[in-house]
Amino acid sequence: MKEPKISPPREHKVARRSFLKGAALGSVALALPSRDADASIWDAFFQKHFREMNDKELKKVLKRLEQEYAEKYGVDIDISANKPLSGVLFGYGLDLSRCIGCRRCVYACVGENNQSRDPQIQWITVLRFKKGDKWVNDLENADKYYNPDKVPEEGYFYMPTQCQQCENPPCVSACPTQATWKEDDGIIVVDYNWCIGCRYCMAACPYGARHFNWTGPGIPKDEINTKTHYLGNRPRYHGIVEKCTFCIQRTRNTPGRYPACVEICPVGARKFGNMLDPKSEIRYCIENKRIFRLKEDLNTYPKFFYFFAT
Amino acid sequence: MMDQIKHFFIALKQIVKGSRGYYIWIGILGFFMLLGWSTYVIQLKRGLIVTAMRDQVSWGFYLSNFTFLVGVAAAAVLLVIPAYIYNFKPIKEIVLFSEMLAIAAIFMCIMFIMVDLGRPDRVWHLFPFFGTMNFPSSLLAWDVLVLNGYLVLNIAVVFYVMYRIAHNMEYSMAVVKPLVILSIPWAISIHTVTAFLYNGLPARSFWNASILAPRFLASAFCSGPALMIIIFQVLRKISDLEIEDSAISKIAELIAYAMGFNLFLFGAEMFKEFYSGTAQLAPFQYLYFGLHGYHGLVPWLWTALIFNLIAFFLFLSPRARNNVVTLNMACVLVIIGVYIEKGMGLVVPGFIPGTLGEIYEYFPTHSEIFVSLGVWATGALLYTLMLKVAIPIYTGRLRFARGAATVGESAAIRGSVTSAEL
Repeated sequence: MKEPKISPPREHKVARRSFLKGAALGSVALALPSRDADASIWDAFFQKHFREMNDKELKKVLKRLEQEYAEKYGVDIDISANKPLSGVLFGYGLDLSRCIGCRRCVYACVGENNQSRDPQIQWITVLRFKKGDKWVNDLENADKYYNPDKVPEEGYFYMPTQCQQCENPPCVSACPTQATWKEDDGIIVVDYNWCIGCRYCMAACPYGARHFNWTGPGIPKDEINTKTHYLGNRPRYHGIVEKCTFCIQRTRNTPGRYPACVEICPVGARKFGNMLDPKSEIRYCIENKRIFRLKEDLNTYPKFFYFFAT
Repeated sequence: MMDQIKHFFIALKQIVKGSRGYYIWIGILGFFMLLGWSTYVIQLKRGLIVTAMRDQVSWGFYLSNFTFLVGVAAAAVLLVIPAYIYNFKPIKEIVLFSEMLAIAAIFMCIMFIMVDLGRPDRVWHLFPFFGTMNFPSSLLAWDVLVLNGYLVLNIAVVFYVMYRIAHNMEYSMAVVKPLVILSIPWAISIHTVTAFLYNGLPARSFWNASILAPRFLASAFCSGPALMIIIFQVLRKISDLEIEDSAISKIAELIAYAMGFNLFLFGAEMFKEFYSGTAQLAPFQYLYFGLHGYHGLVPWLWTALIFNLIAFFLFLSPRARNNVVTLNMACVLVIIGVYIEKGMGLVVPGFIPGTLGEIYEYFPTHSEIFVSLGVWATGALLYTLMLKVAIPIYTGRLRFARGAATVGESAAIRGSVTSAEL
């Protein structure tokens, strides 16, 4: 496999920015709620970019967010901010010869990642194709809304898509505020408190992987997954973009857990692991199967590999 | 200093003095502003779900208007070139008013971006130094810089020239000329960067064509000046501003060339797409003939094409462009034609079919139309108020003694402008 160059993380000059932010505070203050308003509104408004916070600031922010969620949803939500594990670069494999198009992955993902049920937001899209139709580069014949009594259907095959976690992600270069970036373990994340909702990343993404909260997310209280990550499945806000993070709240733990979609797949079509570990399953797939990636002509270098095991 | 402040307020007082027609006009604008901004409050509360935009078509009517207006703002340069470089006097006298139009247009652009944001409260994240602007990687960051730079540049020129005229002083060409020369590439850059904003997305084949930026400029040089021709005719009717027929005729001639070029580029793109007939044809197919039974934009795009063609021949013929009726008809046709072509006809097909092959037909909701009307009305009000202050100063009815004695006659000022030769 040809590995594209991994760009070094951007440096942020904290001191200069915090000074300027202080200066900004004064001028913006005029246009905002009165000083009598709850102090947390101000803390929320001036919350720093995730990557510019030091450990102390981050801890404070996590505490405030947990309080906000408790007030809003009436459940205690635990937000971690686990850093990327060293020596790990996540990769994902999908065996198209096994996929039966049941969409269990779609709904496992919705539940695990606190996606909005009303209106519906789904990070995984399963596409159905008629056998013999064109499908690799031109998805015009894809059907996303198939609804049969039973799967798999005679004469059709299925291709699930989700965020391809590109090594060369067009969404990251498009974002005007650096609210989305590639972490050292290869996962593309969004700071939901920094995104301004311009949706330029959605125009840039070739895989339809980014989803916008057109209104406040609707999640039933008793269905909330309370084990969350700041960059992953904590409940989102209206007016911001969200996307698949390879279940960052599961995969970044030691011992880690498979992403929900991998765990649920009834036919074992989904593979996941550390591409830097020579003994991992994903490395085996890459080295022994004939893999391909979606829209290779765009040079996005997805870390999401399709293959046919049989 | 105290004098200056006093003068400023005297000048500002002009905006409350006006005829009945003026107040009716302000009233109409006020109505649409109220309608727009109250709808916007609902949008803020409920989210962008009140629009017809969805994940499949994530930009719509707001960005369409934004794109069209960047063209209007950029087109001011078309008048600046003959005015200052070749010293073509009839246009030089009115160039300030087209620069004011550029100011109003940029304000509207910024408002359209703001109403399109999911989180306008976080817009400061985008600013250099305060936020974390993704420069130079994001084209949206570039657009923020060039649009605001263009705004500042135009405000500086207009304010400086107005200030000097108001105080009966000749404005210094040493100050104005470098700014004006700079504004020419800058105007081209705002429309080029806006084109690149779409152009730089390989995921969307419809936008990812190298002809996009030239087509943007060519069409902007049609619609912007056409709008100005109409505004200038209104202005000379309702105010004592004198605008010569030769100025209008010259602008009309320039539109003919621009439209000819625009149609040529259009033809070049159509040939490439339809003759090659690759998978990238789909958005064009959708626009002009419909795709898989979806025809939402077909009547609009044909209207645009036919309007642009008729207008081209009207502008091309000297007899038609010197006749008030056919000239104004051509202007209206061009404005509508380009508004469709560089608005909905550009933004929406970028998303159809979507990256996963889905077709979602987009048409703006009432909320989007009301909010957009509100933005247009706010921009029109801004332009009206600028003119209300600028015209009396320009024609010499409003002057503050300094330099020469106060003059109440428009001929005097024209003398002072032309004496400041290049």
